[in-house]
Formats: sequence, C-alpha cells, structure tokens
Amino acid sequence: MKSILIGNAQGFWGDSINAPARLVSQQPDLDYLTLDYLAEVSMSILALQKERDPATGYARDFVEVVRSLIPFWRKGSKVRVITNAGGLNPQGCAQACAEVLRQAGIRRMKIGVVTGDDVLPVLRADPGTKTFTNLETGEPITKISGSLVTANAYLGAQPIIEALNAGADIVITGRVADPSLTVAPCVAEFGWDWNDHDRIAGATIAGHLIECGTQATGGISTDWLEIPDPANIGFPVVEVNPDGTCFVTKPMRTGGVVNERTVKEQLLYEIGDPDNYLSPDVTVSFLSLQVREQKKNRVRVSGAKGRPATSSYKVSASYRDGFWAQGTLTIFGRNAVVKARRCGEIILQRLREAGYELQRSSIECVGAGACMPGLLEKSIEAELLETVLRVAVADPRREAVERFAKEMSPLITSGPQGVTGYAAGRPRVHPVFGYWPCLIEKARVKPQAYIATTNG
Amino acid sequence: MKKSTTRRQVRLGEIACARSGDKGSGANVGVIAHTPEGFQYLREALSARRVGKFFKPLGLGKVVRHELPNLDAFNFILPGVLAGGASRSLRIDAQGKALGQALLEMELEISEKVLARCKPRKKNRS
Repeated sequence: MKSILIGNAQGFWGDSINAPARLVSQQPDLDYLTLDYLAEVSMSILALQKERDPATGYARDFVEVVRSLIPFWRKGSKVRVITNAGGLNPQGCAQACAEVLRQAGIRRMKIGVVTGDDVLPVLRADPGTKTFTNLETGEPITKISGSLVTANAYLGAQPIIEALNAGADIVITGRVADPSLTVAPCVAEFGWDWNDHDRIAGATIAGHLIECGTQATGGISTDWLEIPDPANIGFPVVEVNPDGTCFVTKPMRTGGVVNERTVKEQLLYEIGDPDNYLSPDVTVSFLSLQVREQKKNRVRVSGAKGRPATSSYKVSASYRDGFWAQGTLTIFGRNAVVKARRCGEIILQRLREAGYELQRSSIECVGAGACMPGLLEKSIEAELLETVLRVAVADPRREAVERFAKEMSPLITSGPQGVTGYAAGRPRVHPVFGYWPCLIEKARVKPQAYIATTNG
Repeated sequence: MKKSTTRRQVRLGEIACARSGDKGSGANVGVIAHTPEGFQYLREALSARRVGKFFKPLGLGKVVRHELPNLDAFNFILPGVLAGGASRSLRIDAQGKALGQALLEMELEISEKVLARCKPRKKNRS
C-alpha cells in the first residue's frame, strides 16, 4: 500500500488566502488538503455573527478557497479537502460551498458535513456543580453558566472518516481536534483498526506537525533570519506511511525550510506533558519519537507510541466577560519612556475623575521591554529616544471602555512634544470572551456525519 | 568530568533553539539543545527552578520541566504567566509568543571544553 500526501494550507483564520490554491498547484499529487480555521476564541466571534444573521457563523474565507480550487478540480485534480471551517454552522458553510460549485457547473462533488460538537445546550441544561468544572482553575461552571456564549467538544476523526467513506470530496466540520483532520484520511485510506494505537499516534503526530501551516516549514523558527526565500515560504506536506511513520516535506521550489530543528520546534509547540498528549483519537507519547533528516527538506518522524484515548472529550467553552480596548501613541524625544508612562497615567487619572475606576488596565512602553515586563534591565530606558505607549483596559461596563477610547487623543495636543503616530484614530471597543476548558463524557456527545449535497 | 577549566558565560540561544505559545492561562516553552552533549549540560544548568526564577517578574506559578531525551529537548510549563490567559490578558504578548526568545537570552555559566561540544556541528554529518 502506498503512502498518502496530506498538506495544510491554512494554519489559522487569517492565514494566506491563496495558500490552498498555491499548494495544490505546487504539489499536484496531493491527496488531502487540511485547513484549520478555529482558534480557542474563534467560536465566540462566530457566535456574534450568527446572532446577527443565522445563515452565518462559519469561516466565510473557506467559500473563497473552494472557488479558488475549482480550476484544479476541473482539470481532474483528485485532492480532497478536510476543514473545520464550519465553525458554528457547518451546514450553512456546506450550502454556501455547494452554491459556488453549482454556479461553476461542477456537478460530481460531494460535500460531507460533521456535526454534534455543539454541546452548549448540554452545559446550559446541566445545573450540576461537579460536571464541567474548569480544567485549570477547578471552579464550578455555575460561576459563568449565565454568560456562556459557546461550548464545543473537540470531536475526533471518526465522523470525518464516515464522511470520507461515503465519498465526500470536501468534509466540513465544526470543532474537531486539529490533528484529527489528518488522522481521518489515514484511517480511511489504510483501514487501520482503532486498537492500532501506535499508528494512530503516528498520524496524530503528523497532524500536530502541520496543523499550524508554515510553522512547520521555518515560520516562527529560532533561525528564521536564515530561512531561504521567506516571501515564498511553502506550506507543509506530510507523507504518511501505512505503518504510521511519516515524512515532513514541503513542495519543491518554495521558500522556507524543513529540517530537524523546525520539526522539533513544532513538535513542542503548545503541548503539555509530552508523555501524555491527549487527543480524542488516542493518547500519545512523544518520548520515543525519532526525528531524522533524510535529505534536504525531508524529515522522517517515527516511533510514536499510543494508548487508548480517554473516555471524555475536551470542551472549549466561552463566556462573556465585559469589554476591552487598546490604544497606542508614539512618543519621540528625550526621556521618551518617562513621558510615555506619564501619558498613560494621565489617561487613567482622567477616567477616574470621570467616575470610571476600570477593573483592569495596563500601561506598556513598547521598545522598552514591554513584552517581558521586569525582565530587561531598566537602564536601557534612559537611552531610548522613542517608544510606543500602549494602554489597554478591560471593564464589565461598555461605556467605561468607550470613555477610555475617547481619552487617548487629547494627549496629541496636551501631551509631551514629540507625540505622534496617532493616525489609526480612536481605539475600538471589543467584547472579552473568557475561555472555559472542561470535559464531557463521550457518551453524552453524538457526532454525526452526512453528505449534504450531491450535485447531479 | 568535573576537571576545572576556563569558565565563561554563554547565552542559551548559542546552544539551543526554542518555541513558545499559550496553553490555557499559561504557556509552554520548548527548548531544543543543538547537540546531545548540550542536552546533558542543560539537564543541570536549565532546571525548572532556574527558569521559574528567570520569568518570576512576569508573575507565574510553579514551573514544571518535562524532559525529551530522544529529541535533546525540554518542555517547560509556565502556569499563569500570561496574566489572565490568552483571551483575557491585556499584555502585548498575550499569547506568550515571545517567551522563547526571552529564555534564549538567559546567560549560563559553562566551561570552554563543554561549550565546544554544545555548539552545533557542521551540517552534512549524521
């Protein structure tokens, strides 16, 4: 049995919009294209959209991606697409994609839809104090259940496999574990048994490596300055073998680099205990992994060990937690940092005098060590001739944060000489969504897969 | 092995690379030594306590270190380091993306002899 090629051309919502079409043209033998749109808080943004218009609530960018892939399918490309772009409305996303395909006269393609991840009704209906406790703080969900906005279980590969086996060319899901987008085609193609934990662990590692797109090909690498042709950085492709090992690669004649360092860095990205990487499909140990560069831009990853998955899904819930805004002003001149700090304090003082004691606030001087407060030597501040003042505030009252937004610009004329860089205008007020990670028993969740549309 | 040789300061970034990101209300920093000897050296020199002390001004809980000897790597868990978590933090680095770069600035004491074995080898050697 031959290996399969799985690429990722969207590491997050906001990633390069033409990356999917470019990857398919650069790697014409690609079997599967995975696209990840959902960060932790993306669902809450989609919830706001859906509140205003029930037909929305998915990543609209993906519909344009489908449009951009039509020329390849027309020319006979067999690439199948698996994405979590469905967000809170996979069905709506599928309809929009079907419409685009129909308009283009593409009639043979099947769109699979995966639902069942939305567990908000379950969380709202469960008054229990022992379930859905915050995984990090241990607090009971009753603390925030009144302000819940979304709650979605990270589904596994199984429903995606069902959609693929039903012949789907495009599979649109809501919340699923990111590596499961890669695990699904491996299980579907190779026919692995669910008890084949090591192989499923290997595919999970492959999925983990590509889920953030170019982070596997030199993006955010420590050696970033040395990567070749960064403007033309290639998106990652994993060649997964029937034994669960894989090669991490990228298309020929693209920029970036795949080597042992970039692969090891991405293996460690946003993980906890490396002996206990939890996914809905399998529990993975990284401690026996071997990473070897086989040739230029081709790294072999082998040795993954798997154990049965746990009996629960992780749930990512979000709740309303007031409002926030940030504003910046650039200050140039002698004692720039001292002047900037004073400007920040003036803003907070004026807010207090207007009757708004803000719940949280932060004054930072970018360029003077703001990213690592307290870590850098104070002595550099005296030498700085410029800094960017960044003030951020949060409060349960929208009007308090709106008032803050109006207190930045008066400093353009009342602040120190050398205040500049205010062209962006008034800060925008955003809602804050708190993140509530918790668990739900798998038996309480019903993942479903179906074919939404067969054109013709 | 303990033979005293000339000692000097080395920046962690000269003997290792790193990557960081948010993990709930905290963050993790992966550190990968350039050589197996470098990993052995960092086992002692880059303790969880040392990393915790380094990041203390940011305000964080107890640092946990996981070892991955197969990758010459460590994974440091930094609980609470983001001042409220990625979705609530008002900090400019709300996602902890800069923590790896910060840690690579850490100065460590090392002997010249050990340092020579911690530096990356020439390419095209296995």
